[in-house]
Amino acid sequence: MYKAILLIILSLFSQVILAQEVEMADTMRSEGKIYVVVAILVLILAGLIGYLITIDKKVSNLEKRIPKK
Amino acid sequence: MFGARKFWWKLTAVLLLAYTVIGGLLFQVPRLSIVNETIRALYFHVPMWFGMVFLFSVSLVYSIRYLRNPLKGNDTIAVEFANTGLAYGLLGIFTGMIWANYTWGTPWHGDPKQNGAAIATLVYLAYFVLRGSLSNEEQKARISAVYNIFAFAAMIPLIFIIPRMTSSMHPGSGGNPGFNMYDLDSKMRMVFYPAVIGWILLGVWIATLRIRIRNVEEKILDLEDNV
Repeated sequence: MYKAILLIILSLFSQVILAQEVEMADTMRSEGKIYVVVAILVLILAGLIGYLITIDKKVSNLEKRIPKK
Repeated sequence: MFGARKFWWKLTAVLLLAYTVIGGLLFQVPRLSIVNETIRALYFHVPMWFGMVFLFSVSLVYSIRYLRNPLKGNDTIAVEFANTGLAYGLLGIFTGMIWANYTWGTPWHGDPKQNGAAIATLVYLAYFVLRGSLSNEEQKARISAVYNIFAFAAMIPLIFIIPRMTSSMHPGSGGNPGFNMYDLDSKMRMVFYPAVIGWILLGVWIATLRIRIRNVEEKILDLEDNV
C-alpha cells in the first residue's frame, strides 16, 4: 500500500519535472540573440512590402495614362 | 470603402504582419515537447491555408457572378484570386513539409490533411491547365467558371472534412499529443488571429494588383485594335 502511494506521488512529481524540462530557446533569448532574428525578418518583410508599394504606384501611374473613353 | 486603390487596408496588412513577426517570435508560447519552439510556425504556416481558402472563396463568388452576368471583369477577378490562392496553397504545403520534417520525422508523412491539401492544389492547377487549353475567350471564361465551382466543392471536403473523419496528425483531428494545449492557449490567439487577417489582406493586395495590371493590359489591347 505504502509503495503504491509512493509510486503515485513520485510519478506525479516526475510529470511536473518533465513539464518544466521541455527544451526551448531560453539561452538564445537571455543572450538577446533572438532580436537578431526579429530584425532580419522585419527587414525582409519591410523590403518586400516596400517593393509591393512601388509596384502598386507603377500600376496606378499606368492606369492614369490610359485615356478614358 | 474597400477599393483596390484605397490605402487604409493595405496599411492594416503591413501593421498586422509586422506585429505577427515581432510578437510571433517574442511572445510566450506553451512549452511542449516534440514541437518546442517550432510551435511559432503556426503564425505563418496556418494563415497560408486560411488565406488560400479566403482567396479561393472570392474566386468562387466571381465565377458564379460571371455565369450570371458574363462580364470580362468578373472573369479577371476570379482568375487572379485563384492564382494568388494557389500561391498561398503551395507555400502552405512547402512550409508544412519543413515543419513536418522536424516534428513528424519526414517531410511527407502521408497525413490525411497533407494528402488532401496536395490533391486540392492539383485540382486548382487543373483550373489553369483548362484555361490554357481553350483559345476562345468567352468559352475559356465560361467553362473555367463552371470548373472553378467544382474545384471549390472538391477542396472543402479534402481539407476540412476527410482529415477530421480519420486520424490525422494535424491538431483538431485525431490524436496529437504534442498539440493538445494549442486549442486552449489564449496567448497564442493574440498573435494568431491578427496574423490570419494580415496574411489574408496581403493576399488580397497582391490579387488586386494582378487584376489591375490585367485590366490595364486589356485596355491597351483595345486601344491597339482601334488604331
